[in-house]
Amino acid sequence: MSEQVIDLKKRRFLTNATSVVGAVGVGFVLVPFLSSWMPSARAKAAGAPIDVNITKLEPGQLVRVLWRKKPVWIFRRDAQALANLKTLDGDLADPNSTGNSKTNQPTYITENHRAIKAEIAVIVGICTHLGCSPTYRPELGAADLGGDSWKGGFYCPCHGSKFDLAGRVYSGVPAPTNLVIPPYHFVSDSLIQIGVDPTTSAS
Amino acid sequence: MDNNKNWIDQRFPLTKVWNEHLAEYYTPRNFNFWYFFGSLAMLVLVMQIVTGIFLTMHFKPDAANAFASVEYIMRDVDWGWLIRYLHSTGASAFFIVIYLHMYRGLLYGSYKSPRELIWILGIILYIALMAEAFMGYVLPWGQMSYWGAQVIISLFGSVPFIGPDLLVWILGDYAVGDPALNRFFSLHVIALPLILVVLVFLHIVALHTVGSNNPDGVEIKKNKDKNGIPKDGIPFHPYYSVKDIVGVVVFLMLFSAVVFFAPALNGYFLEHANFIEANPLKTPDRIAPLWYLTPFYSVLRAIPPMFGSQFPGVVGMFAALLILLALPWLDRSKVKSIRYRSYPYKIALGVFVLSFVILGWLGMEKVTPVNSILARVFTVTYFGFFILMPWFTSIGKTKQVPERVTE
Repeated sequence: MSEQVIDLKKRRFLTNATSVVGAVGVGFVLVPFLSSWMPSARAKAAGAPIDVNITKLEPGQLVRVLWRKKPVWIFRRDAQALANLKTLDGDLADPNSTGNSKTNQPTYITENHRAIKAEIAVIVGICTHLGCSPTYRPELGAADLGGDSWKGGFYCPCHGSKFDLAGRVYSGVPAPTNLVIPPYHFVSDSLIQIGVDPTTSAS
Repeated sequence: MDNNKNWIDQRFPLTKVWNEHLAEYYTPRNFNFWYFFGSLAMLVLVMQIVTGIFLTMHFKPDAANAFASVEYIMRDVDWGWLIRYLHSTGASAFFIVIYLHMYRGLLYGSYKSPRELIWILGIILYIALMAEAFMGYVLPWGQMSYWGAQVIISLFGSVPFIGPDLLVWILGDYAVGDPALNRFFSLHVIALPLILVVLVFLHIVALHTVGSNNPDGVEIKKNKDKNGIPKDGIPFHPYYSVKDIVGVVVFLMLFSAVVFFAPALNGYFLEHANFIEANPLKTPDRIAPLWYLTPFYSVLRAIPPMFGSQFPGVVGMFAALLILLALPWLDRSKVKSIRYRSYPYKIALGVFVLSFVILGWLGMEKVTPVNSILARVFTVTYFGFFILMPWFTSIGKTKQVPERVTE
């Protein structure tokens, strides 16, 4: 070993190996920083179910409550409103909620009125387009929403999406799917719990 | 004095930097009105940083206190109203200056070889500036802050497969709330400003390497005297530093008029609904981003959902921004400046500017059937400008470009 020979191949290998190990190290160090952006334990704990008393809910009346920081609408539909729902199928993108909207409601919601009890609707009030909260527009034949063909529903001020009184999306609007139905059940005739599915015996 | 200078120069290239970038940085002698906006953009950046530092001293990045702390700054902090209005008006002024600066680039072909990198760095700066402005607008936690954040962040939720998880990761929660406000504050006051300053530095280094373009689009470095100084160049300092000060004075007159007499500018610089505290239960009747984001918002709204997803609209919106990066390679014309361009280019540029302005206006308006059609038409013309550019820049008769810059 009297003379030194520079082995370029070996040197390149060592440089590459060091770079790769370094990159892996950087990758590991990134994990805690990126993970720190996930919901904290406190944020996760804040998603508890809520109880809503509906004794005083008049037909046509809508109350908004916050569940997991999202607005949830609870409103009472009269017989006329329920009858109107059946006439709209042709104007809707997914009237039976069997297409793209299939996953936007719990499996125990099967009817076209999208509720456990037909007259009480429970819907997450967040437009499936870009997250605005649509406005409640129950009046029949509203001139700005298509006149006589408007049977009451919701209108999103942000991008003009329209939904009927079951939260089903009209076709030809920006929102791609029906509004989301949260898990809920009736604790009693006057009390709804949002965030918990009905137990199998109750349904 | 000279001794001190020598002492420093042996340890830091002070004289060298001064000469290279100011006293011996040769700038074309024919700069016109459009060349004020680069230095004005720097001025506004400094102003935003200084006012921002002082606002941070009083602001509380907490969903429960943010709105009240802004009102506290406006009412109880001595001169707080002025610092806040300088900052909020500064944001809009920044975009006015930047849009004029970019339009200058289009007019005189400043993005063309050898200045492609300056243009690319500029576009990245522009995108970073939009992110900075958006996050800043969330901080006062008014109705528009909240619902604007809700809409913009929902865009990420539409990404196929990973969208919903990505959304939760960005928000740090299942909806817009305190964690989002808190992290936007951090990004707004430290992360993005650092990125902006570094990008501005790179933008200027790249510019000073190749030298400034000018309204004739003539490379002044092609005509040098026996000392190697461009015949059509004059030192930036004192000639343009003094000229730029005139621009600064005029700018500050207009800027102050807005700050003191119409800081909200009738809802264009500060939207009316943002004077109401954020309410997660109710979206305001009219919701629109601030004026400088509306052209891209219009593109988003113009593209209908496909395959049960609004993702195509989101792609369209980002494509409208990113396509700007390709500009240096889409332009096939041999001449740079509008003064010598062919008619097809002049018409196309006019259509493009018109499309951008109309899309911006539509983005502030309600969605109606007529507006939707208009938004689609002008989205097509907006993209058409870029897609057809290789064609319309290679047809038509260009004028002879002079050897030297004209008066």
